[in-house]
Amino acid sequence: MSYVSDIGEFTLLMKSVFSKPEQGKMFRKQIILEIDKIGINSIGIVLIVSSFIGAVVTMQTAYNMSDPLFPDYLVGLSTRDISLLEFSSTVMCLILAGKIGSNIASEIGTMKVTQQVDALEIMGVNSSNYLILPKIIAAVFSFPILSLISMIVSMMGGWIAGMLSGSVSSSQFLYGLRYGFIPYYLYYSLIKVVTYSLIITAISSYYGYRTEGGALEVGKSSTKAVVSSSLFILVFDLLLTSLLL
Amino acid sequence: MIEVKNISKSFRDQKVLKDVSITFEKGKTNLIIGRSGSGKTVLLKSIVGLHEIDEGAIYYDNRNFTQMSIKERKLIRQEIGMVFQGSALFDSATIEENVMFPLNMFTKMSFEEKLERTNFCLKRVEVENKNTLFPSEISGGMQKRVAIARAIALNPKYLFCDEPNSGLDPKTAIVIDKLIREITVEYNITTVVNTHDMNSVMEIGDKVIYINQGQKWWEGSKEQILESDNEELNSFIFASEFFRKLGHKVS
Ligand SMILES: Nc1ncnc2c1ncn2[C@@H]1O[C@H](COP(=O)(O)OP(=O)(O)OP(=O)(O)O)[C@@H](O)[C@H]1O
Ligand SMILES: [Mg+2]
Repeated sequence: MSYVSDIGEFTLLMKSVFSKPEQGKMFRKQIILEIDKIGINSIGIVLIVSSFIGAVVTMQTAYNMSDPLFPDYLVGLSTRDISLLEFSSTVMCLILAGKIGSNIASEIGTMKVTQQVDALEIMGVNSSNYLILPKIIAAVFSFPILSLISMIVSMMGGWIAGMLSGSVSSSQFLYGLRYGFIPYYLYYSLIKVVTYSLIITAISSYYGYRTEGGALEVGKSSTKAVVSSSLFILVFDLLLTSLLL
Repeated sequence: MIEVKNISKSFRDQKVLKDVSITFEKGKTNLIIGRSGSGKTVLLKSIVGLHEIDEGAIYYDNRNFTQMSIKERKLIRQEIGMVFQGSALFDSATIEENVMFPLNMFTKMSFEEKLERTNFCLKRVEVENKNTLFPSEISGGMQKRVAIARAIALNPKYLFCDEPNSGLDPKTAIVIDKLIREITVEYNITTVVNTHDMNSVMEIGDKVIYINQGQKWWEGSKEQILESDNEELNSFIFASEFFRKLGHKVS
């Protein structure tokens, strides 16, 4: 029963989120701020995680394929496909759900319990539109770029790890990266990432927005936001994969 | 002038407001007093539409707020200034940005005009040279003042303050009270203040409404309040040692 009312509440919230902003200039300013918070501020973690995972994936694949029957370039190829198909979209977004989802839920939750949201409403501002829509737009814009960065960096990480560990030669690895490249994988990945960006921002905003009480409840909302966004990401991963591949 | 006519409000099975009717007068500080949990905040939030009322109607200068569409309400809200119990300043914005916010949202002023108006409001509440600080960097009393400055930025016709001096020392509390009173008279605003501070009542209570268990129990002026023989009201007023002694002296 509570699921039904949750969906109802969520739908109503999104209806007021996707309305025309009152003040174009303030709205654009908010978007820029959010791109900084959601996009630019996440580059660091994307770089670190992607390069390490890329390196490890390469070393593991090389180890598994040490049989001389497998050509060395397969290591590059599988590193590429893993990052293209799953790592730089789904896994990266699960990590970002933790970082950005909790951030959004606690920011809006705090504003809610300290009556800053009420203050906006009293002034005649559509608070959900003003607070949430810029986040959604910023995420839809930033996530694909973060994903592309992640793809490039994880492949670079793999390349460097392969060379340093001597498990695969540079030329074989680079040949593998280019071998049998299917551009559609890239579209598939970006479609997933855009979907996840919507999931993370909308769900986390929803949990932030319905926070009531105090600091304890803000913490709870933030946990719920991360757990729900992660679950929805996994469900949509399955759905989109069965639809698109 | 704001007229509240027979409003009721429940949360689930708890009836918080029961058939409340009050007229808040223009150019006066109208005080709502009552014990903690008596329904003061719910009343204030119902009047401004942050809670939907179950029954009754609210009129802002003869305009029926209860029946308005969201769009019409938004327009009225630009005539409303509100100071919340915890100030509710935007903590990611500076003092200047906080006060300028309503101007940014609802006026077509140039930046210089907005800055001038912002500084005027800040000067009015005696917070100067703090423009670039964040709310967390100033004291609670100063936060309240900034909240008042933000509330008056758009020249409101109606000002609502929920416990504007809770958590302040008595001296600062009186300064804030007086400021609210002065602004009310100066700009001829209809001001509604929630409080359980008897000092405020004696200081600025042009009209006092006593709420008990969600009902209007008594109303009158601050002069009348000491002469009232309403038992419930007296037990509230004279709850503090100081006022009990004062009460003895008066009688
Ligand atoms: N959103 C809500 N949902 C359910 N019950 C509520 C809600 N807001 C207030 N109440 C209930 O309404 C009653 C009146 O609360 P209110 O906040 O108006 O008291 P108050 O007079 O402002 O008290 P205080 O002086 O402590 O601020 C309380 O019993 C409270 O539990
Ligand atoms: Mg209250």
